[in-house]
Amino acid sequence: MEENKKYTAQDYKSDQYVRWCPGCGDHAILNALQKAMAEVGIPPYKTAVISGIGCSSRLPYYMGTYGFHTIHGRAGAIATGVKVANPELAVWQVSGDGDGLAIGGNHFIHEVRRNIDINILLLNNKIYGLTKGQYSPTTDRGAVTKSSPYGTVEDPFIPAELVFGARGTFFARSLDVDTATSVEVLAAAARHKGASVVEILQNCVIFNNNIHSYITDKEVRAERTIHLHHGEKMLFGKEMNRGLVLDGHLLKAITIGEDGYTIDDVLVHDATTQNFVMHQMLAMMDGHELPLAIGVIRNVEAPTYDGEVTRQVEEVRQKKNYPTLRDVILSGDTWEVK
Amino acid sequence: MTESTKVKVLDKVVVRFSGDSGDGMQLAGNIFSSISAAIGNEISTFPDYPAEIRAPQGTLSGVSGFQVHIGKGVYTPGDKADVLVAMNPAALKTNIKFLKKGGVVIIDTDSFKESDLKKALYNTNDAITELGIDPSQVMTVAITTHTKEALADSGLDLKSIVRCKNIFALGLVCWLFDRPVSQAGLMLSHKFAKKPTVAEANIKVLNDGYNYGHNIHASVSTYRIESASVKKGTYTDVNGNTATAWGLIAAAEKAKLPLYLGSYPITPATDILHELAKRKDVGVKACQMEDEIAGACSAIGAAFAGNLAATSTSGPGLALKSEALGLAVMAELPLVVIDVQRGGPSTGLPTKTEQTDLLQALYGRNGESPIVVVAASTPANCFDMAFNAAKIALEHMTPVILLTDGFIANGSTAWRIPEADEYPEIRPNYVKPEMADNGWRPYLRDPETYVRHWAIPGTEGFMHRLGGLEKDAKTGAISTEPSNHARMVAARQAKIDYIVNDIPDLKVLGNPDSDLLVIGWGGTYGHIYSAVTEMCNAGQSVAMIHFNYINPLPRNTEEIIRRYKKVVVCELNNGQFASYLSGKIHGVDFLRYNKIEAQPFTTSELVEHFAHLLEK
Repeated sequence: MEENKKYTAQDYKSDQYVRWCPGCGDHAILNALQKAMAEVGIPPYKTAVISGIGCSSRLPYYMGTYGFHTIHGRAGAIATGVKVANPELAVWQVSGDGDGLAIGGNHFIHEVRRNIDINILLLNNKIYGLTKGQYSPTTDRGAVTKSSPYGTVEDPFIPAELVFGARGTFFARSLDVDTATSVEVLAAAARHKGASVVEILQNCVIFNNNIHSYITDKEVRAERTIHLHHGEKMLFGKEMNRGLVLDGHLLKAITIGEDGYTIDDVLVHDATTQNFVMHQMLAMMDGHELPLAIGVIRNVEAPTYDGEVTRQVEEVRQKKNYPTLRDVILSGDTWEVK
Repeated sequence: MTESTKVKVLDKVVVRFSGDSGDGMQLAGNIFSSISAAIGNEISTFPDYPAEIRAPQGTLSGVSGFQVHIGKGVYTPGDKADVLVAMNPAALKTNIKFLKKGGVVIIDTDSFKESDLKKALYNTNDAITELGIDPSQVMTVAITTHTKEALADSGLDLKSIVRCKNIFALGLVCWLFDRPVSQAGLMLSHKFAKKPTVAEANIKVLNDGYNYGHNIHASVSTYRIESASVKKGTYTDVNGNTATAWGLIAAAEKAKLPLYLGSYPITPATDILHELAKRKDVGVKACQMEDEIAGACSAIGAAFAGNLAATSTSGPGLALKSEALGLAVMAELPLVVIDVQRGGPSTGLPTKTEQTDLLQALYGRNGESPIVVVAASTPANCFDMAFNAAKIALEHMTPVILLTDGFIANGSTAWRIPEADEYPEIRPNYVKPEMADNGWRPYLRDPETYVRHWAIPGTEGFMHRLGGLEKDAKTGAISTEPSNHARMVAARQAKIDYIVNDIPDLKVLGNPDSDLLVIGWGGTYGHIYSAVTEMCNAGQSVAMIHFNYINPLPRNTEEIIRRYKKVVVCELNNGQFASYLSGKIHGVDFLRYNKIEAQPFTTSELVEHFAHLLEK
């Protein structure tokens, strides 16, 4: 197939019937992913989608690409092997908050730290769905679930904090109900060289229904979210008349024209600055005091693990110039028996 | 050699170097064994490290040893030493039990002062008498003093000078056994290629040590060791871990696939990772992952992506990889898992050897999860078995566990470097382009071998999804249909069973006409074979079979075993292989000879036990 063939979302669909619950946020995310892949245009046969275990981890079965539905928590480690072994492939990982941040938390921080070129979808519904409703590492403190009948007594992870703590180079966020933004950030993740983490707030209609509705409901979404674009003013609101400014060392949401604030006071988003302090402040906004940030929050360049492995192998090969193993062995201590 | 020197001619001899773990005993021992091999001796070596990296100097827990057996008909590092080099009182105390009756001890008198004796917990100021050693056996040499004198003008600082004393001792032992010091000198200049001053200093004390023996101790016997008649070719000294790494590379070259290793440091397997990390120079991708699980999982990912993939570990690491191996069974991907067994359970005895992971390898997974299990029998055999494990994995689309152990992993033998055309082709069952439009599905199998086809991501027309969920035998879609599950379980088992056609039959060693059949597997080969050979040479009739292939078992296993009146299974565990054989071959009384001291067998204990069985 010629490289410049135009692909459509249809080319990334498999023949399998999609078995998520009606109303599950995963349906929209699947569609967004297929659209993003078509937009980026890497052929399905050069794409591998790797998942762990959980509702969201069923996703590879619905893709017309190469796919591997693996074991609980290990998608990141398996995807790492796929990418290092075959760097020509576009490698995607799909994990939920339990798969990616509880049982697979170790692999998650290490793949981010290594900056291996994998696109990681983290579908965050703050609950275990496939095991029918236990709290996860992103469940809010005090939440009542089947395994926390009196409320949880632990604080959740904020996925972005883990990413920045592990020196991540790419972090973006979207909402399951906002397909346009999901397509935008997934395509950006695909184009970024290195570990790209995309957190998508996803609704579990059965076990945690409306967990994100404070933010995602149509009537309030414009006021409670801000869509960040690199190089543009941080504006939000229905009228786009609200903005983020620095107040001392902290962010503050203002209305232009009120309290003496003008458009010139509003911050410009720089996703590409190496320093992650502003990215972290933006990612920590939760829709209450400050709007929840969606879009690409951080997108910086750094050497990738797979790229460095390949480069080092080539460099050492050229320097040593051993055609085969036998030549390596013969270069050591040997003796002849005649 | 001077006229006055008495020369003893021996078939073989065992030398044990011992000292503080910082004294360089491993280096001295390695050079001694390599030069012996280079002049035509068979060699077998075994290092005995303390578990601590640097225990307090001069203490009993900090003693490091290196035993080498040289000569003709050498299959083990030897039960006990003819010559023991003890660089300090602690080494003498912990190693005297490894000295043969009438053997020679060489000590460095400079390190036998009162304070040294105290550190090694002696009660008196006379170590020799306290340990009950016959003083006439002891060769006392002021090794440190001589080393200092030799290097007074070398320009090295005192600490660096004293560090050369191991090489003075090596020179002395070279004299005792008539070894060519020039060869040892070459190895030292290679070893210290980047530090010419250090190389020069070591070569100087090497020669001084040799000359010291020659000039001063002409009254002590020296030895001439018989050479073996070995096959023509180029040889090197190789330990089991290095041989394992090389076997994998050889298989990758043969299969024309890149080699990927996912691993995590664990004693005594880490040297496989070290060697393969160096072998980026032939294109190997060796990745140190964040844990054992990631080691196995990244290898599974690499296998999915079309590499020859391996993961290396020891017992506790294999336990962590269990779930991942189940995935490799279910996804039917080629994977080589190397378990260098050590003393267990739990952390156990990391630096010591055992064969206690056999049942874990065979059965340590959830579900009906058949896997190929093979075992290497000697350091050099690790090369062959790593190659064969990779060949089976690639041709039969299955994980293969290769069991080695701490004894053969760290032990070394001389090994003839094979030419690439000496080992067989490897032909994975790849998809063919015309299958794409002809109903190919990922779990359709070869009707004879039950092997599914390998479609590597990046290949157009074969996009498919694998996974740990049970799949429909025909379509490859997720299936919970009862009869399909039964069919898939049977197919996965039949695929492993078929491999019996690709493995060699057992050969009976020793005297096949005996009443007694001795059975071993894996790294105990050398000791068992030595015992059987020794008895047969002495006119006692013992037969032996030794297993490299454990699942599946060689085709003629049952037929051979049923020929014998008495069958004894010898292993370094509580009878794991014996119970496995009992489950496969009914009505045979499998006697057991088990040892769980985290130490190899000794040839003498086996001879004694077999003689006892013959009498009964």
